[in-house]
Amino acid sequence: MRIDPDKCVACGNCTYVCPMGAIYIDPAIKRATVNRDECVECYACYNGLSQEHLNPTLVRTTRRIFQVMRLRFDPEPDVCPTAAFAPEDLAWPRIVRRAFSDPRVPHESTGVEGRGTEEVKTNDVSGRVKVGEVGFTIELGRPGVGVWFREIQEMTWELARAGVAFEKKNPVTALMSDVATGAIREDILNEKVLSAIIEIKVPVERTEEIVRLVWDVEKRLETVVALGVGTRCDADGEDRTVAPILERLGYKLERAKTNTGLGRITNPPADVRQGEVAAR
Amino acid sequence: MTNTLHRYGDAESFRDDYVVFAICSRGKNDQNAVPRLRRFLEMALPFNPVNLGDARHGGALRPSKSMSPVSHWKRDVQPDFQAVIAGLDTATTAAAVFDNRAAAEDFVKSVKAADLGLSVNISTSIEGAEQCCHEAGICRHSVGYSLGFEGKTGHLPNEDVLTLSTMCGHGMVSSSLAKKMVDWVKEGRRTPEQAVTYLTRFCSCGVFNPSRAKRILEDARKRTK
Repeated sequence: MRIDPDKCVACGNCTYVCPMGAIYIDPAIKRATVNRDECVECYACYNGLSQEHLNPTLVRTTRRIFQVMRLRFDPEPDVCPTAAFAPEDLAWPRIVRRAFSDPRVPHESTGVEGRGTEEVKTNDVSGRVKVGEVGFTIELGRPGVGVWFREIQEMTWELARAGVAFEKKNPVTALMSDVATGAIREDILNEKVLSAIIEIKVPVERTEEIVRLVWDVEKRLETVVALGVGTRCDADGEDRTVAPILERLGYKLERAKTNTGLGRITNPPADVRQGEVAAR
Repeated sequence: MTNTLHRYGDAESFRDDYVVFAICSRGKNDQNAVPRLRRFLEMALPFNPVNLGDARHGGALRPSKSMSPVSHWKRDVQPDFQAVIAGLDTATTAAAVFDNRAAAEDFVKSVKAADLGLSVNISTSIEGAEQCCHEAGICRHSVGYSLGFEGKTGHLPNEDVLTLSTMCGHGMVSSSLAKKMVDWVKEGRRTPEQAVTYLTRFCSCGVFNPSRAKRILEDARKRTK
C-alpha cells in the first residue's frame, strides 16, 4: 500500500486503523507514510476508511488556521479526507502478504476467503475430521500481532518432525516446498502476514502431544498463537473424548464453533469427483 | 476463516453474541449456492439480526468511497440488510449475528426446516450453541474449540480493546482504533452508538456484533484502568 504524498494532509486517521501500526506521520515530510517492512497489505486502510475527495491544499490551510486559533480539529475517525491511498500492483513474493492478510481475497489454493480454510466448518460435508481424529488449527499472528513466514516454518518443521499430516487444502501447506519436512518456500520466508493457519489432523491419542509441541515452539516465536481444536461428535451429539483432554491440560473451554450437521453433498456426482481430484 | 472462533471473553460475555453462518464446501455443495446463501440471509430478517454479511462484500454497515463535505451530517448509521442480501453474488460464507439466544434458536430452527444443504455453524459459548441445537432438535455434528491466545501475549492490548477488536477475527478492526474509541467514549467526544458505527464499518465480512460492542464501550467508560 502506498499513500500519495500530494494528497495526504497528515490528519493521522490512518495511523489508528492500521492493524499492524505500520503507518506513521513522517515529521520530515509531514505526511502519512507506510513502513513497508511491517505493512502486511491487508488493505484495512484502503477498504475500511471511507473516502472523501477534498482539495488537499484547502484542508491543510484550514487545519493550520485551526491550530493557530487553538481549536480542536475533530475529523470523523474512519474517513480519509482526501482519498490518499493508492494500492500498488503487488509482485511475487510480496503478493503473499495480501493473500494471507486481506480477507476479501480468496486463496487460490482453496478458493476460500479469509484465512482460506474450511476446518470443521464443513465437516458434515467434507468428512475431513472423522471419529477418533482431532483437527488442529494453529493460527500464528492472531490477533493483531502478525507473523513472518520464517516463524511459521519453525512450527511446521516441528510438526513435520512429529510425523503429522498437514491438511492438503490449506494455503500454508500449498506454500511448502517439502511437505514431508514442513519446509516453506525460501523466497517467502521474509514476508510478513497478519496471520496464517496451519492445519493438521492426528489420532485423538496424540492430542496432548501436539498441544505440548505447540507450547514448546511458541516459546521461541515473537508472536501469538490462537489454537483451535476440532473433533467429530458422538452419535448423540456429545464430545466425551477431546474436551476432557483439553481440560486436563488446563484449558477452560468457553467458546466453540458448532457444526450443526445440516450440510449435505448437493453437487452432481461428476462435479464431486472433479472436486476430489482437485483436492488431491 | 476462523473469523468468529477466537473472540475474546468468557462464556458469560457471549450472552449477547450468537453468530450463525452458512458455508459451502468447494466441489461438494457449492453449485447453485448463491440463491441458497441469499435465502439463508433472508430467513434471518424476521429474527432481528444485529448484523448480516458475506465474506466477499462485508456487513450491513459499510464504508463509503464517495463522501462529500455535507455527507458527514447524514451518514448511514442504520444497517442495510437488503443491500447485503442483494449484493451476495458468489459462493462464499454468509453470516447472521444475533444479540439474544431466543432469536438465534428460532433462526436455527427455521434454517433446519428449510433444508438448504449448506453447512451451518453456530459460533458462541459452548453452552449457548448446545442450547440452540437442543431447541432446534439438532444433534451436533462437529465442534471446534477455541483455546484462546498464547505465546507472546505481552504483545496484546488490554481486555476491553481485545474484546472489541477480536469481534473481527480477520483483524480488520485494529486494536489502536478500538482503544481510540474507548478513549473517545470516556472523554465524551462520541457516544457508544457513534463509536460502534465506526468500528463496524471496518469488519469485512459482517460478523462484528454492534450490540455487544456498545455494551463493552458502556462498561469501559466507567472502568478505572
